[in-house]
Amino acid sequence: MALLNFLKPKNQLEEGGRTAALVQQDAGEPEKKCPNCHKEIPLSHLWANRLVCTCGYHFRLKARQRIKMLADKGNFQELYAGMKAENPLNFPGYREKVENVRTASGEEEAVVCGIAKIRGQECCLFVMEPYFMMGSMGSAVGEKITSLFEYATEHRLPVVGYTVSGGARMQEGLLSLMQMAKTSAAVKRHSDDGLLYITVLTDPTTGGVTASFAMEADIILAEPGATVGFAGARVIEQTTKKSLPKGFQKSEFVLEHGFIDYIAARTSQRKLLAELLKIHNGG
Amino acid sequence: MNLIPYNRVKLARDSQRPTGLDYIRNIFKGFIEFHGDRRYGDDPAIVGGIARLNGNPVTVIAIEKGHTAKERTYRNFGAAHPEGYRKALRLMKQAEKFGRPIVCFVDTSGAYCGIGAEERGQGQAIAENLMEMSTLCVPIISILIGEGGSGGALGLAVADRVWMLQNSVYSVISPEGCASILWKDAAKAEVAAARLKLTSEDAKSLGVIERILSEEDMGKKEFYDNIRTLLVEELGQLSSDLDLIGKRYERFRRIGADAVNKE
Repeated sequence: MALLNFLKPKNQLEEGGRTAALVQQDAGEPEKKCPNCHKEIPLSHLWANRLVCTCGYHFRLKARQRIKMLADKGNFQELYAGMKAENPLNFPGYREKVENVRTASGEEEAVVCGIAKIRGQECCLFVMEPYFMMGSMGSAVGEKITSLFEYATEHRLPVVGYTVSGGARMQEGLLSLMQMAKTSAAVKRHSDDGLLYITVLTDPTTGGVTASFAMEADIILAEPGATVGFAGARVIEQTTKKSLPKGFQKSEFVLEHGFIDYIAARTSQRKLLAELLKIHNGG
Repeated sequence: MNLIPYNRVKLARDSQRPTGLDYIRNIFKGFIEFHGDRRYGDDPAIVGGIARLNGNPVTVIAIEKGHTAKERTYRNFGAAHPEGYRKALRLMKQAEKFGRPIVCFVDTSGAYCGIGAEERGQGQAIAENLMEMSTLCVPIISILIGEGGSGGALGLAVADRVWMLQNSVYSVISPEGCASILWKDAAKAEVAAARLKLTSEDAKSLGVIERILSEEDMGKKEFYDNIRTLLVEELGQLSSDLDLIGKRYERFRRIGADAVNKE
């Protein structure tokens, strides 16, 4: 139930993601149970620490909460806000599902794109939305991310991308699959123009997103404990009939195997991203 | 042909269908196989090398399923590991260096789901292929000959032309996988197959492929001769195109753009 409350971020504590002044716990203040250390933590304490538990567990964040934490105040200009999925295959139930998710998440699609400044460093920013069909990639997500890379190439801007995804959106069938190729081609053009692309992989980054733009960055960062992989752990267990190694597909495991540059705690990401952007912009 | 989509899936999976190596042996001459990704190992699920097409050198790459039980086990049922995709990319870059066109034959239920595959970066390997194939400066034609399973198929299909055998299928997820996610019941695969729009006719009407290849005389000389003729003709045209990479970009750029409401 605690997680479901996240779908309605309409109280002041959640709106004001950066209000460090609220660390005093009010009587009767809502608490959240950490799935890692099992302690009940007052929401205000969590928010003061960017929704990271004292034990280090990173709670899931909505895209706009992340943007609020990352971008300089008043320095996020959203792009392609009106782009959203139709039902190209007339997949039964898809339209209704999307409508419900839109109402619950307050988002039109599974990614938010725009131009941001992070500690004064200008970049194109995309942040995927876990509460919109677990960040699944359909035509609209592909179109938005491709458009953002084209914009970044044209305006010679770096791209910072936060990924969270269960993979391609099966209700759009082959069209979803093709977004992997489409976004990859746009990333390649951006890269060939000598421009910087940084991804931050967050929990979970899997399937078609891992197998396309998540893994195509110059610098790949990840949040601690995030699941990062191609196939789902359950599917692998069923296919291979083997028990999975400890920490399998966690960001620490993936780093150890050589596919992630650095694991960055959420509280350090803004400063780190700003520094990386600065270094690649002539220092 | 009035088969329901799930029967097309069954046909696409039939172990008696011609496999990648059958196409290579019957369409090209003098195939010389090259092994290994130069990084980790050699993946028997993907074969590649050089051969002659109508006398001209081409690089050919195929996902190979095998026919007999022994062959199929050796080929891991056409489910490739990261080293398979990396071998394919190595050979494609080699083709680019020496100005040879590339022909790929795709036939897989999907990239392999396993511990080693994840440890060695299955997602990264496919991602790199998608990215690199988008700007290779030689013509690429990919032909789906059986199953076109998701990212594992796309990893060899970022091409200038994508063709499908009439009863091959191309899908973002297997019908069984889709059914088990949506209805927690893999037995409803038949329903899922119809909804996923995975037949060659669907793929063509969605603008994902250019051509459907007839399965008349499949496996016979005429069948392979016909494909050879089409390949020679198409590669001839692509080879003289001065904006190959630009057109390849646009080919994928427009897919799904109409499916988005841009109000």
